[in-house]
Amino acid sequence: MAVQVRGEILDVRRSGAYHVLSLTAPGISEVTRPGHFVNLAIGGEESSMLLRRSFAVHQVQSRGVYGGTLDIVVSVKGNGTRWLADRRRHDAIDIVGPLGRPFVLPKERVNAVLVGGGYGSAPLFMLAEQLRERGCRVDVVVGAGTEEKLFGTLELKRLASTLTVTTDDGSLGERGLVTDVLPDVMDRVNADVVYACGPMPMLASVARIAEERKAYSQCAVEEAMACGIGVCMTCVLPVVGQDGITRMLRSCTEGPVFRGDRVRWSEIGTIPPDTLGAPVQGGH
Amino acid sequence: MTRALISQGPLPGQDPLPPVDMSTRLGDLELPSPVVTASGTAAAGRELDQFFDITSIGAVVTKSVMLQPRSGRPTPRMAETPSGMLNSIGLQGPGIDHFIEHDLTWLSERGARTIVSIAGGTVDEFSKLAARLRTVRGVAAIEVNISCPNVENRGLVFACETGSASDVVQAVKRHSDPRMPIFAKLSPDVTDIVSIAQAVVRAGATGVSVINTLLGMVINTDTMRPHLAGTTGGLSGPAIRPVAVRCVWDIRQAFPDLPIIGMGGIRNGNDALEFILAGANAVAAGTVIFHDPSSPMRIHNELQRALAGHGFSRLQDAIGYAHRPADPEPEPDDDFDFITE
Ligand SMILES: Cc1cc2nc3c(=O)[nH]c(=O)nc-3n(C[C@H](O)[C@H](O)[C@H](O)COP(=O)(O)OP(=O)(O)OC[C@H]3O[C@@H](n4cnc5c(N)ncnc54)[C@H](O)[C@@H]3O)c2cc1C
Ligand SMILES: Cc1cc2nc3c(=O)[nH]c(=O)nc-3n(C[C@H](O)[C@H](O)[C@H](O)COP(=O)(O)O)c2cc1C
Ligand code: FES
Repeated sequence: MAVQVRGEILDVRRSGAYHVLSLTAPGISEVTRPGHFVNLAIGGEESSMLLRRSFAVHQVQSRGVYGGTLDIVVSVKGNGTRWLADRRRHDAIDIVGPLGRPFVLPKERVNAVLVGGGYGSAPLFMLAEQLRERGCRVDVVVGAGTEEKLFGTLELKRLASTLTVTTDDGSLGERGLVTDVLPDVMDRVNADVVYACGPMPMLASVARIAEERKAYSQCAVEEAMACGIGVCMTCVLPVVGQDGITRMLRSCTEGPVFRGDRVRWSEIGTIPPDTLGAPVQGGH
Repeated sequence: MTRALISQGPLPGQDPLPPVDMSTRLGDLELPSPVVTASGTAAAGRELDQFFDITSIGAVVTKSVMLQPRSGRPTPRMAETPSGMLNSIGLQGPGIDHFIEHDLTWLSERGARTIVSIAGGTVDEFSKLAARLRTVRGVAAIEVNISCPNVENRGLVFACETGSASDVVQAVKRHSDPRMPIFAKLSPDVTDIVSIAQAVVRAGATGVSVINTLLGMVINTDTMRPHLAGTTGGLSGPAIRPVAVRCVWDIRQAFPDLPIIGMGGIRNGNDALEFILAGANAVAAGTVIFHDPSSPMRIHNELQRALAGHGFSRLQDAIGYAHRPADPEPEPDDDFDFITE
């Protein structure tokens, strides 16, 4: 269940190409699980930017003088993220969360590989901690365009059995994409499950690589969202259900984490003709 | 200041609400609050019930439902625009049977007043939807979304032509319980909205809901192509509010007693008051819900304060108040001597 709270900015700090924001979020941080996201109102009360911006929860702290707090990692893209990066300590912020379906954690002690692209590594920290607590082996692969756009590699090194880094330009780690190195990492550790967060093409490849190895995959997608709470139907993508039927599912409430083998990755942005309720020829 | 600003809920604690009778009437339908949700921005109420008690507002107007399940349009389906947004959802939904079984049942059990919005591609589809709803309980009123393309008439939107608008309403009226209130949801994308209102009233509509979104378009200057997969989309949010207020005003001028649900860019209680003064009997919160999921409740409270601030003890006295005759010119005061120095 999500709530709407008025929080306060505690801290804004730079980390490579990103801004890490710490917020008080009483009632939210206590119940947030890895893969959940929050929606922030942007630009103040009379803002002309009506839609909230979505951010994966990076870390939560549920004790201390502030009550519950949480961290998000912001990549400045347009006016909304710019506004957030310009916040200062004590500024008020309106938060809705926790939103979405989080990553599903295994019951057994399995070998997990976590894959993050760019700021997509943000939600993997909590996940790595919780998997480790369950006795799982955790190996991490992160990649980005440049070294600057990698997030939190030092910390991840501490959390993971092994950390593999790639950059498109070779400025750090191996030159190339995370999906170039993923097959080797998975084979080396005999991976049972892959957790991934990052751009859609990366997720599509991760899902395919996992499927080829008969491993489970859990992918956190990023679709443009108007409401984030399941009422508007803007954030949909084609997903195959257990009954074999494809439906346009809301990534804000039925995701953002989906089983990789269920999403019709190459058809995102279309309505596959066999989707439930797809337009018929000559119809709507 | 080191104390964290921790206040549960979107608004810090406020004074108790001043006493104002907030009830309103839409024909025979009586609502304890004039604030309802706008179709398509509240799904079927369940998600919003996390943020405020949905039984406390006037009614939940549900997402327009069609006869069959419908996948809607490809993504991207939305674009943020200055003080608004474009959407091209394409009426994605589960179809009427699933809606009745899951959503309407839930709303009834929850005790919410429900206005069911229906949409169709043909007059016959609207008839079937009305007939299906006649067999179930828990429907306070039907809103007929006539802003959909008529597949039998080159995809021309029903709401844009008096003949087809009235055909749809007549069909719904004929297949519904005679006591069922029926609201026609009008499109502002017409030359003369009053003539459309006239047509639907003649066809048996209890009242009208105004306005639906305005057709708009955004071109992505990076890709240099239309941003929405559906090319065009419906514009909503505060950007359209003056258009909406004008539509309510014009319809109220023409029909002194017609029940009107006003909407378009309402963001706070004062915006709601603007619609009430223009002649709306009820108001809907739409796109604002995406910004503030608690807003229907907040708008109700702010409207109540605004009415009290203007000295109204009953909402109903404020409806159409902006249409009152001009205030009499003050009598020139002969005894008054100007001192000019
Ligand atoms: C579930 C989820 C988790 C996310 N987590 C993070 C995160 O941890 N860190 C981070 O930096 N970003 C994250 N994003 C992306 C972030 O929400 C967008 O970059 C941001 O909304 C862009 O806003 P803007 O005003 O700066 O850009 P603009 O391009 O000006 O935004 C215009 C509109 O498009 C929407 N939009 C634009 N890009 C995106 C996008 N990539 N995804 C969704 N909506 C978009 C905006 O919400 C806004 O409504 C996440 C998105 C989702 C859906
Ligand atoms: C995402 C979205 C979906 C909508 N879906 C419907 C719909 O299914 N049926 C309908 O009659 N109106 C629909 N509308 C229009 C709204 O009900 C309302 O008339 C319009 O948005 C203007 O009000 P607003 O500016 O307060 O949002 C939709 C609007 C939005 C933003
Ligand atoms: S963003 Fe509105 S339904 Fe998902």
